[in-house]
Amino acid sequence: MSALIKSTRDLLRYPSAIIGLLSIGALLAISAYALVTIPYSEATRLWRGGEDVWYQNPKYAPPAWMNFFSNEKQPVSFAVSSKEGGGMTKTVTVGEQNTSTILITYSFDYAYDKFPQELILYFKSSFQDKLPFVSVAWITPSGERIRIADLAVDRTQTFRISQDQKLQKRLKTEDVLPALFVEPKSESASPVKGTYQIEISAVTFEPDADVDVEFVMHGTLYGPAGTDQYRRDLMLPLLWGTPIALAFGLLAALGTSLLTMIIAAIGSWYGGWIDELIQRITEINLVLPFLAILIMVGTFYSRSIWVILGVTVLLSIFSGQIKTYRAVFMQSKVSPYIEAARAYGTTDRRIIFSYLIPRMIPLLIPALVSSVPTFVFLEASLAVLGLGDPVLPTWGKVIENAFADGALYRGLYYWVLEPAVLLMLTGLGFAMLGFALDRIFNPRLRDI
Amino acid sequence: MATETITATTGQAKREAFAHTTLGRVLRYSLVRLVTLGVTVVIGIYLTILIANMGGYVDTIMRNEIRDNTTQSILANPAFRSLTPEAREKLIQEKIALEEKRLGLDKPFISRSIKYLVNALTLNLGRAINMNSDSGSRQVRLILLERLPATLLLAGTADLILFFSSVFIALGLSRRYGSLLDKITIALSPTSSAPPWFYGIFLILIFAGILHVLPFGGLVDSPPPETSFGYGLSVLKHLILPASAIIISSFFLSVYNWRTFFLIYSSEDYVDMARAKGLPARDIERRYILRPTLPTIITNFALLVISLWTGFTITETVFLWPGLGRTLFQAIGLYDTPVIVGSTIVYAYMLGITVFLLDFVYALVDPRVKVGGGNQQ
Repeated sequence: MSALIKSTRDLLRYPSAIIGLLSIGALLAISAYALVTIPYSEATRLWRGGEDVWYQNPKYAPPAWMNFFSNEKQPVSFAVSSKEGGGMTKTVTVGEQNTSTILITYSFDYAYDKFPQELILYFKSSFQDKLPFVSVAWITPSGERIRIADLAVDRTQTFRISQDQKLQKRLKTEDVLPALFVEPKSESASPVKGTYQIEISAVTFEPDADVDVEFVMHGTLYGPAGTDQYRRDLMLPLLWGTPIALAFGLLAALGTSLLTMIIAAIGSWYGGWIDELIQRITEINLVLPFLAILIMVGTFYSRSIWVILGVTVLLSIFSGQIKTYRAVFMQSKVSPYIEAARAYGTTDRRIIFSYLIPRMIPLLIPALVSSVPTFVFLEASLAVLGLGDPVLPTWGKVIENAFADGALYRGLYYWVLEPAVLLMLTGLGFAMLGFALDRIFNPRLRDI
Repeated sequence: MATETITATTGQAKREAFAHTTLGRVLRYSLVRLVTLGVTVVIGIYLTILIANMGGYVDTIMRNEIRDNTTQSILANPAFRSLTPEAREKLIQEKIALEEKRLGLDKPFISRSIKYLVNALTLNLGRAINMNSDSGSRQVRLILLERLPATLLLAGTADLILFFSSVFIALGLSRRYGSLLDKITIALSPTSSAPPWFYGIFLILIFAGILHVLPFGGLVDSPPPETSFGYGLSVLKHLILPASAIIISSFFLSVYNWRTFFLIYSSEDYVDMARAKGLPARDIERRYILRPTLPTIITNFALLVISLWTGFTITETVFLWPGLGRTLFQAIGLYDTPVIVGSTIVYAYMLGITVFLLDFVYALVDPRVKVGGGNQQ
């Protein structure tokens, strides 16, 4: 216990260790948050759902915080529903002969310098035979009232304001949205800032009939992370990619280092043909094209992250690291304590697992921590090649999508940079911690 | 084992004299290494084939090739023109069955796999399903060989610059260790945990996306310049970003490792002795530090080159560099199994060749290297 405290104190003397630990801590916190708030089934549903799940989001929208860096404020998307309230008020007045009037209003502040991409109303109504009748009005900050539409709505109906031809005719323009947001008499072509109101009044003709509406504005910005080409909220893969990346990196690093060490120990302990065989396998493994074989496995057999993990570990066991470990084992093999163990008749297994390997842990830990980034990036690399796990939302997938859609050419930098920054954080975090650990456990490096 | 075959053919006395010249030593060493590496590469490729054929993909490649060839030869033969389509179809099926039998597709897997191994070793890689070489051929070998120069250009440039710059900068740093520059290098060495393509993204973003000074990717401008000088210049311009990405991704760690290594070596007694004699710093570095550590440097470099080889697939994809790696990426997209298997084999070959070349250089610089049993007899 005191040794543990001492090495922790040693560790905290290195600034790189503190930065590394902080970033790993942050990543662990993100993972925990993601796993608790978004269960696995919900995550895959949101990631692979289809238009039904993502319809509220605009396409290719950079994150909302982009407004901080620009003088020209761009509209941030929002969605409100009369079912959930959220600022939308709904009042029902029962009238004569089974009719009732439903008034739904929503006021919002519009303080942006650009026009939104689209305003959409999603109607949901319940009735037996007679369709409810709805009229929609738009009230500008100066109090002007613009009639948007009068229509009978079906059980589900979508009304896109910019696409409505009647409205286009009435406003005498093809660009409906600018017409709704500018002052008609002024010369200025930028939207008027202020409080806008949308008013939806519906008349139903049956006793149990009801109308609900969802009002969605597709701005040019969206949420804390933005969206991709399928309108998916990037927050999900960024959050959920963290536990996946950490799990893959840690499991692969742990599996590889432990197995490498055990094999090196067995080889150097028994010597003879076993050692020779291990050496030869290492040489053959050196000329095996690692990534190409992983690609082959990914294309031909399975893209499941666990299969890829297994193959990665298998191909990484016989790496150059085995030679380093072997050299050290060869030294400790002839040391007095092993000789003593042999003298009182300890079994080979006990010597390997209880005497040889524990001695190597100081060498193992820095190597293990330092190899985590390699595997995290490997998983991302495979995803960038299109061989990512088909079900899971990962950082590499986001980068792949962004590349496939030419995000860098089109200036959609956020799309690539967000996962890249997280990858960088993971890579640097583990590399810096490993670096500090290396100096603590290998005193030869300490004063250099 | 391989040594004995060599020693058996050369006479005892002649051998002794020969073994003492550098050339003789290097030649013998290289020969033995060539044989062992050859065996290693053969086993490596055989394993690749085993992995590929676990799903029967190599069999499919062979069957497709047979069907293509047979159908073509029968349709092209005027003697069969008069046959009805049904009869011709029957003839084709019979011929295919015969041909499959001739090539041993009905034999057990072990004997088939030997056949595939021979095919792979002679680069007889079959025909692509969807991809074409630029000259229009479907031969996987031609497709891959056509892309090889681009990969070699990128790899050669990046590796050489990386090697020389990091060794010499590390030497310089080891001389003034503890300086600000030294500390910055140490602080930056964890950046090497990210692969080249990752830096590639940032480089493209900065130099192509925002500054518009360098191209987004590709090998030459489109349309390609007409003079060969202009062509070379254009290739060079396109080479800057991918090569920089590869160099940046390994640079700081290499410098750090070698700097530490030189520092350990420069505290050896003989270096102190040289210093005490008052030799100039440059001579000490060259003769007393660099010379004895050269073999280790080369080994490390070999490992670095090998690890870089495989990473090229994605670097090339990100930079649209028309090399082997991008071909492999396109083959994944098109599910072109012959090309995927073929690329893997070509990669295995190239790794083998790299290891051999570096072994050869190693033997040149390390006077201690002797062939296995050279002194035992």
